Amino acid sequence: MKLDYYPLGDTGIQLVFGTEISEETNQKIRMFANELAQHPIDGVVEWVPAYTTLTIYYLPNKISFNTLKEKLEERNEQQHGREADAASLVYIIPTYYAGPDLEFVAEHNGMSQEEVIDIHANKDYLIYMMGFVPGFPYLGGMPEQIATPRRENPRAEIEPGSVGIAGAQTGIYPLESPGGWQIIGQTPVKLYDPTGERPILLESGHYLRFVSVSKDEFINIKEAIKRGEYEVETEEKKVSVHEVG
Amino acid sequence: MSKSIFKVRKSGLLSTIQDSGRKGYQQYGIVVSGAMDPFAMNVANFLVGNKGNEAVLEITVMGPAFEVLDEAVIAICGGDLSPKVNGEKAPMWKSFSVKEGDRLEFGQPLSGARSYISVAGGYDVPLVMGSKSTYLKAGIGGVEGRALEKGDVLQTSGKIKGISGRSLHPDEVPSYKKELTIRVVLGPHHHAFTEDGIQTFLSTPYEVTPQSDRMGFRLKGDKVEHATSADIISEAIPLGGIQVPANGDPIILMSDRQTTGGYTRIATVISSDIPYLAQAMPGCTIHFREVTVEQAQEVYETNDRFLRTLEKVSVR
Repeated sequence: MKLDYYPLGDTGIQLVFGTEISEETNQKIRMFANELAQHPIDGVVEWVPAYTTLTIYYLPNKISFNTLKEKLEERNEQQHGREADAASLVYIIPTYYAGPDLEFVAEHNGMSQEEVIDIHANKDYLIYMMGFVPGFPYLGGMPEQIATPRRENPRAEIEPGSVGIAGAQTGIYPLESPGGWQIIGQTPVKLYDPTGERPILLESGHYLRFVSVSKDEFINIKEAIKRGEYEVETEEKKVSVHEVG
Repeated sequence: MSKSIFKVRKSGLLSTIQDSGRKGYQQYGIVVSGAMDPFAMNVANFLVGNKGNEAVLEITVMGPAFEVLDEAVIAICGGDLSPKVNGEKAPMWKSFSVKEGDRLEFGQPLSGARSYISVAGGYDVPLVMGSKSTYLKAGIGGVEGRALEKGDVLQTSGKIKGISGRSLHPDEVPSYKKELTIRVVLGPHHHAFTEDGIQTFLSTPYEVTPQSDRMGFRLKGDKVEHATSADIISEAIPLGGIQVPANGDPIILMSDRQTTGGYTRIATVISSDIPYLAQAMPGCTIHFREVTVEQAQEVYETNDRFLRTLEKVSVR
């Protein structure tokens, strides 16, 4: 597959993998980023995977734009024809579905609250990218049946862990912030813990699954997290990506 | 062994601890932050014998006032915000000693917008994700994740004694002008603009508006015309990226920018011109000039060589 390469000033390069949002494009980006992590290129500082692009930041005194571009082209060639055995993780996110907007989402879509929960939970959402605020996952794959426009009056304060819907998107607020999302539930899991050993829980290219828990379970998990005795469950998921060039 | 060196008497407009920023976490949505003017930060550090990327205090337009609690070697670099010690003009771009009981304060902003105060040994604040930089919105880094407040006490690690009286050669001291030319590499979304739009951007002046901060500088001038939609599928945004939303007014993204964004970007400011841009006050005029990435990297080489030489002679 031929990629497009664009300089971002003198310290960045953008690789364009496609023009539309798709799981396949995202997995290719993840494979490329994995390669960078496993076989580092001297001078590369960090990279940011997004929906259709991979942006790489580098030090020009270590590697020039042209040399880096050649190296990346070479890597892309090597990737060609390889079928990736891209084992992804599914993060299991326990969620207490009793948010203040659950009723509105149900009404808006002409269904019961239980139906909204059934549709939203137990489904694997691809984490396309991270951004917007620290630890926020851009999730893909929410069924249209529960799509709901943003609130007309955004809330001044949304608690961390709030699970919400905005249009055809779903997401989790990692830290307290204002926002207009329709809040349908709450997870006790910390997505963002700046001073913790693992500041950010999620990673792009992996999946996330909401699992409905009762109020008691929610409280128990929250307490366990406080005591440092809770670890988020993960499952392996096989995703195969064919490189068709 | 850390020791207390400054007690904050007046916080100033916005005084925060910054280093070269939080690297390696952008893929998780963590904002880089860091000193807006990395050149002034580097030089301020080298002059007192620190590593270039040690944390410094970034002060903005109206500077703070400190009571000195213990002997220390410091340097002040960047914009001239009228530094004074005990009422006497203090040197800039030069390391000097302060002692217990001294009063370090700032007055009228004379040139530039930001100044950097380094101290031999660096400021002793915890590392958060590998950096001491303050990022206010997430409340991390620096002093409890916030700007300095009256009553705060700053400490230094006290590991480096520092040498006073070292200065940057006057020829190397940058001058901050009201009208500046900023070099850019076009792209990555130049195809989203009309030929006229790109011409407008490169040939007409833009004014820095008061809606400019550590996150970005909003500019005012002739509208930059799009050929396509102003929205893109969200992607990473670099330091100096120039975003043009549908209204046609460019925004230059600075240290506290979000890691990703969904507006078309016409160009990126070259890293060597970021320090000058960082010192531009509202009302300043910017002319953009196109360079190739190869040219930008030649300029980078030259500047980098200069900083490395400075490092060699000063850090031990």
